[in-house]
Parts: sequence; C-alpha cells; structure tokens
Amino acid sequence: MTYGPHTPADREWMLGALGVDSIDALFADIPVAVRAHGLDVPHGLDELSLSRRLELLAGRNRTDLVSFLGAGAYRHHIPATVDQILSRGEFYTAYTPYQPEISQGTLQTIYEYQSLIAQLTGLDIVSASHYDGAAATAEAALMTVRATRRDRVLVSRAVHRHFVDTTRTYFEGGRLELDELPTLPDGTTDLGALERELADAARPVAGVILGQPNAFGILENMADAARLAHAAGALFVAAVEPVSLAVLAPPADYGADIAVGEGQPLGIPLQYGGPYLGLLCARADLVRQVPGRLVGRTTDVDGRRAFVMTLRAREQDIRRDKAASNICTNQALCALAATVYIATLGPHGLRDVAALGAARAKQLEDALGAVGVSRIHSGPYLNEFAVRVPGARRVHATLVERGFVAGLPLADWYPDDPALEDALLLCATEVTTDDDIARFATALREVTR
Amino acid sequence: MTALVEPQPVQAEGHGLGPKRVVGGALQPTLDELSRPGRASAMVPHPSSDALERIPASQRRSGGLGLPELNEPEVVRHFVNLSQLNYSIDTGFYPLGSCTMKYNPKINEWAARLPGFAALHPLAPDAAAQGTLELLWELEQWLIEISGMKAVTLQPAAGAQGELTGILMIRAYHLARGDTARTEVIVPDSSHGTNPATASMAGFKTVTVKSTAEGQVDLEALRAALGPQTAAVMLTNPSTLGMFEKQIEQLLDAVHGAGALAYMDGANMNAILGKFRPGEAGFDVMHFNTHKTFSTPHGGGGPGAGPVAVGDKLLPFLPWPRVLRNGEGFRLERAGERPTSIGRVRSYQGSVGVLVRAYAYLLAHGAEGLIEVSEDAVLAANYLRSRLAGTFEMPFAQVSKHEFVASASAIKKRTGVRMLDIAKRLIDYGFHPPTIYFPLTVDECMLVEPTETESVETLDAFAEALISIVAEADSYPQLLHDAPHDSPVRRLDEATAARQPDLRWRPMTGAEPVCPQ
Repeated sequence: MTYGPHTPADREWMLGALGVDSIDALFADIPVAVRAHGLDVPHGLDELSLSRRLELLAGRNRTDLVSFLGAGAYRHHIPATVDQILSRGEFYTAYTPYQPEISQGTLQTIYEYQSLIAQLTGLDIVSASHYDGAAATAEAALMTVRATRRDRVLVSRAVHRHFVDTTRTYFEGGRLELDELPTLPDGTTDLGALERELADAARPVAGVILGQPNAFGILENMADAARLAHAAGALFVAAVEPVSLAVLAPPADYGADIAVGEGQPLGIPLQYGGPYLGLLCARADLVRQVPGRLVGRTTDVDGRRAFVMTLRAREQDIRRDKAASNICTNQALCALAATVYIATLGPHGLRDVAALGAARAKQLEDALGAVGVSRIHSGPYLNEFAVRVPGARRVHATLVERGFVAGLPLADWYPDDPALEDALLLCATEVTTDDDIARFATALREVTR
Repeated sequence: MTALVEPQPVQAEGHGLGPKRVVGGALQPTLDELSRPGRASAMVPHPSSDALERIPASQRRSGGLGLPELNEPEVVRHFVNLSQLNYSIDTGFYPLGSCTMKYNPKINEWAARLPGFAALHPLAPDAAAQGTLELLWELEQWLIEISGMKAVTLQPAAGAQGELTGILMIRAYHLARGDTARTEVIVPDSSHGTNPATASMAGFKTVTVKSTAEGQVDLEALRAALGPQTAAVMLTNPSTLGMFEKQIEQLLDAVHGAGALAYMDGANMNAILGKFRPGEAGFDVMHFNTHKTFSTPHGGGGPGAGPVAVGDKLLPFLPWPRVLRNGEGFRLERAGERPTSIGRVRSYQGSVGVLVRAYAYLLAHGAEGLIEVSEDAVLAANYLRSRLAGTFEMPFAQVSKHEFVASASAIKKRTGVRMLDIAKRLIDYGFHPPTIYFPLTVDECMLVEPTETESVETLDAFAEALISIVAEADSYPQLLHDAPHDSPVRRLDEATAARQPDLRWRPMTGAEPVCPQ
C-alpha cells in the first residue's frame, strides 16, 4: 500500500514529458557498482491488516499494572481537549513556521507557551522547546560554559540520572568537566561539599545544577545552593518538574539563572519515553546564549499584531559552526500539548493536580508505614519518595507478577551505592486511587513477610 | 514597467489557475486577554485544604500563578481558531525542499494513540514492554536493511541529534585507536547548517569544501582538505542540490584513504529507498529523519526522530540502551553492559510515539511500496522541474533526485523581483512557498521538493502558478514586492522583533485593550 496518487497513465504521461521511456533512466546517475536492487523486507500491508498487527503489538504491553513509577515521567489525567487540538491537521501537519504569514497559529501558540512557562518559572526567556529534560539539561550546562567562559560544571548526583548521563555525553565533545556532588542522609545535596568544590580556585565552576524535587523526590535547599554558586561566579541551574511549580517556589524566586525540566507531565502521554518536551528557561540577560527557537511579538506592514521566529542569529541554519546549538527540529507539538493542558486546567486546576499528588503520596507513605515499610530519606518530599525494602529488586519482580509496578529500584540508577541497594522510588499522582494504595500495601506486606 | 491589465491582488475563491485562499480566519487574542477571574472547568477533584501543610512554607509558592482562567469551550475555540491561521499538508501543497513534506497517513496517528503504546511508562519492566520492544527491534531491522548498515539506534530525538550521536561515535572510534590528532570535520558548502553546528558541538573544527560548477562535491578539493587531522567527512547524498554524488565511490575512497570516516546525512533518503544502500557503498554511519522519509508529522517544528545506522567500525560505540533480542523475547541493555558505548544522548529509549508511526509507515509500504515512493518522488521532481525549465534558470544539468534547485537570478535582473517576492506571492495562489535561499551556493534560489504524494494536477497547478507569477513580475512587479495580499497577516517587521524582543505576555492589569490592534 502506498499513499501516492499516480495511476500507470499518470506515470507514463510524466515520463513522456521528460522524454524518457522508463523510470530507470532517472536513476542512471547512481553508479552501477553501488546501485541497490531492491529491499529484503516484507510485502506491504493493507490498512486492516496493518491495524491488526499494531493492535497485537500494543496488546503485548502490560499497561494494566497498578503503577507507582515516576522517576521523571508521570502519569496524569490528560484533559480531552489536548488530543482534540493536537489532532488538528493544521497544527500537526505543518512545518516549522518559516513563513510567518501563513503560520500564525503555530507562532502564537509558541508565544503563549513561552508566556505560560515564564509564569510558572518566573524566568522571562523560554525556549520554544528542546528534545526532553535530559537534552535541555545538557544544553543548559553548555550555556553556563559559554556565558562564564569556564569549563567545569557541578551537578548533584540527585539530579535525574538520565539528565546527568546525557550531559556527560554532550560534554565529551567539548572536553568539558562534569563533577557530581554527593547527597546527605536526608536526601538533599551536600551543600558543604558544594562549597568546597566552588572554593577550588584552580578549577573555576561555570554552573551548578540541582533538581527540585530531586531524583529521590526530596525538596532541596535551592536558595542556599544558588547563593553559594553566585558567590563563586557560577550560574545556578534548577532542574524542575513543571506541575510541582504550581505549588512550589518558582526558580526565579530562589535565584536560578536557568531552569530546565521534563515537560511530559504537562499533558503528554508516557509513550515509553517520548516524544517529550525539554523545558529550558533563562534570565532575560542570557537571551543570546539560549539555544533553540524563540518566537517574538511584532507587527505586520498593516500594523496588525503578529508573531515571528526571532533572534535567529543564534541558530544553526544562519550561523552554521558558530551557532549556539545544532538543534533544528524541536518538540513544537509537545509544547502545544503543554499549552492546551495549562489553558484547560487553569491556575486552580494545576494547583489541584500538584496538591492531589502530594496528598496521595502522603496517603501512600502512611499505608506503607502501617505494613512496616518506611522512607529512606528524612527530607521533605512532594509526591515521590524512596522506601527501604529488603531484596528490593526481587520484591519488585515478584510484584510485577501480582499486577503491580513497585516504582523504580534505585539500584538501577545507583548500582554502587549500598545505601540505595534496597531502595524503591515510589510516586503517586492524582490518578492513584485509594484502592491502588490499599492493595499495593497488602501485596507488599505479603511478599516481604 | 507598466501593466497592461492590473492583476487582482486578492480573490477569495479560486478555481484552477489564479489566486486562491487556503489559510483564513481572524487573528486571535492571547489566552491572557481572554482570561476572566473565576472561569474554570472541572478536570480533577479538589484536594483537601491541608494537602500541602507538610511542605515547609519556605519551599512553597507564596504568590499566585498568574495563569489564564478560561472555561473549556473558550479554550477549544481559541486553539481551533488559531489552527486556521496555519498552512499545513492536510490543507495544501507544501513543496518545501529538504523537508519532504509528504502526506501523513492517519492510521499512524491512530496507532501511536493505542493505549498499549501510549500509556506505557518508559521505565516499565521489560516483561511489561514486550510489544513496544518488539516493534522497536523490528523497526531497527527495517532500517538496517534500508541503510545497508549493521546496527541501528533509535534513541536520537531528531536528525540533528542523530548527527551529534554519529559524530560523537566517530570521535570515540578514533580515540579508542589512540588517534588523538583528528580534530577536523569536513562538510561541503551545500550542507545543512546542522552539519557544521554538530561538528562544533562535538568539539571539532569545521572545514568547508567547495562544490563544482556541476553541483557535485569537488573531489580534488576534498582530497586537498583531507589529512591525518580529518576525523570525518559529512556528505548529504543525494545532496541538498537534489543530485546524486556521481563520484561517490571515489569520494568514499578518498575519505577512507585518509583514515577518516564517512558520515551520510540521510535527510534525502526519500529519493533512494531500495536504490542506494549507504552502508553497502561504504558509508560508516548515517541518520534517518523519520519526519521526512517515513511520514511522521512535523508538528509545526517537531517532534521528529533521528535513528542512526552504523557499520562494523562504530557498532561498539552506539548509545545505550540498545534493544536486544533475548530468545523469544526482547530486553533493554542494562547500564554498564557495554563499556565502549558513548553513553546516553537523551532520557529513556527515544521518541517512541514517533517511531510507532514510522513503523506503521514501513509496514504499510513494504519493499515494493518503498521503492515506488522513491521512484514517484524522483519522477515528480523531474516532471515539475521540466514544467518550470522555461521560466526559471536550472543551474544544474544532471537529472534530479527528489528535489531540484531553480534560480530567479535572471528574473531579478530583469524585473527587480527577488525569489523572496515570488515565494510570498505563491501564498496568494494557495501554495506554501518552497525553501528559498538554501542551499547557500546558488543565487536567488528555491529548492522544490514535491514528494510522491502529490498528483499531476497539483504539480501542474503549482507550475502554472509560478509561471503566472513570473508574468506578473514582468508586468506589475510591485504586486510581488507587496505580496502576500491575502493571508491572515502580511509581511512582518522582523527587525523590530529582534531589536526589541517581546517573547512573552505578562498577566494583564485590566487597562489594556482586549483585542489585537
């Protein structure tokens, strides 16, 4: 099956117009020695057969399990408006808005997105999107290097593991240094260690990155960390979770110069990892260091308000090897999802989502405490926390058979840390039910008895 | 120049040749301008008022959010009205060179939304993810066959990230052999901007080689630029000029002779499916753009996916986690399982929702269908080029692949009308303009890529529109300088946008006008 319109007569007509008698003539420029002759792949399928194959594969995934998995990707109720708007062909089958006269829909929605995320973070410059939270973190780390002309970045080990790993990969190319900061028993980053690292005059630091909440679900002392970073001439980067910003202090309030995060919780399905939405926001004076597209407001020749991609001299198609990043394709449709999500929920709805998650998580903590399972870290948390369960990996596997995903065994992310060998990172959101929690506590009691 | 008959700048309804409105609708207020305190829709239950009491006050937000307050119908109307200000493939012809704006099949959208795919958590245990893992593994096999390579990673989020992944693997390859002298990446002057930008990000210096007058990479210039300092050469084949590199064997020999590796930018794979397998020909690594070749929607700028295929040399350096076959089942590679890996290039496993669509596209087409895609794409490009050959200069004689470059250089000299003006006038005729002023190597150029999903009637109508516009340029050039006339907004003041950036609204105080001026 193909989606092409050409009948044999159409093809003959076009070949005739070209004065050639076979399609092969149009491929004669491929040297014979490297010409391929076909593909060893199956025959095409009609739509009915295709849909059966896809339903079969989708059915092999176990999305029926009661899940307490978060760890950077969160299950939320997605208002029905989001997918209805995303399904508008005018949005999802459009290209990058290089012709603003016929792209005002995309351009205004990006401007709205930038405005909404600026409201959440308190930072005025919001990139039109990056690939995901990990890539946004790596880009932010590179921004701090460019802005300070230093080549060392400190990142808490309690920043999402994939954000740290991705930043490390990106840093390889520039031969930059990425050092990890230890954490304390309460689950927060060791700010004493941060102070010592910043004091090393021989190795000046470009940026300091902490998560809020961090990878253990714990709330960090962001204001103190930012003060320390600034005192050493470094920029402070907050890796945030956007829904939590409805109830937590915005990054600008505690002195973050840059905020990054995974925007998936804002109306984007889990989809086994993507496409997601990299949030990247910065203070106004850092605008020329910001990688990726920006949309600005202007007017047309008739004086009408209009929106356009702007400050393009930072981008690869203009600056080539001098660009701020190589990013071209971004996550525009995911940013649209976030925009519709926030617009539908409004400030009170978004706050309710965050507060419900906190309430459900506390309920989960209490239910697990009643069966003898308690938290590892003593610091305050929002809706995610780690518990100690002896034989965590084995328990996790046993619970899958009983219909539960007992969060993330933190040993997957911290294989060398004995303190986390028996840790399960658990999360609750507004979709977690009383019944989920009660049945999970019972199952956990039974398998750990 | 005086017009004998002044052409009409706008016409709401068009039949066949002549102006035609495709994008219409009124400009919209912003969400903030629509907001009224107290408006809302009930999406989730209300939590108890003490839900946040256990969070230290110092960690909590003290002020309000300043987000807009609307009810659901207003939200829907706002975004639907905004959508109508967009041009899209679903509403018209989008011959954007280098972007492969083909039809986006609707079954693919349905597939990606199947709850089994859409609701799967990225850290779900392998046992709970067998369906998606099998899909990803099969997709890798398809891409291995199409590329003629040995292995594929589906992880990169877009073509540019695929390029970075490839170049970082090349870097790791040289370093693993103890070769630390390779500090340069060579790109042709016609390359995409992402190529040099990627080289810079990966810590390499970019060296640019010129193209010949025939639009091919200059083999002698490449040989002169190559040396023990060259890590890689990035070639786009077919090139951004829409032509196959006829000396590809000699080019690859030269690259490998210097000890460098050959990267193929696969942006133009739509021309050569089943016709040229880069790995078989000697390329060491390439990326695909699923949003070009395999019809995944562009989404107004993204998301894409940029799978990378590698040969034997780079296989050990692939990012982790790879998808592995495990007897009857599938599993993800574990941390530390393959120490030679360059590491992660993003979180989790990739843009899986996009990859589901690409998989559906490949399955629908099969071997014959994919070959037909490339044949029809090339046929359409050459046909359209022949229709326009008498109107625009065609700077290159060689047969085109899926796209072609045309120049308005002579038209500009004759009439003062630039390619920009012609492109803007196309909007009045109901067409999206082609890519203009790229590649950078051809004066006053447009890069036209019709794709295989457009009918002869559409190609003819587009050609006739351009011919008519060039006639307008001769008789009434001001009409083109002022175009577009019939779009929601007309030409924009981009200088002010850059000089005084206004990148966000701020919550209204109540004193502002409510509607756009």
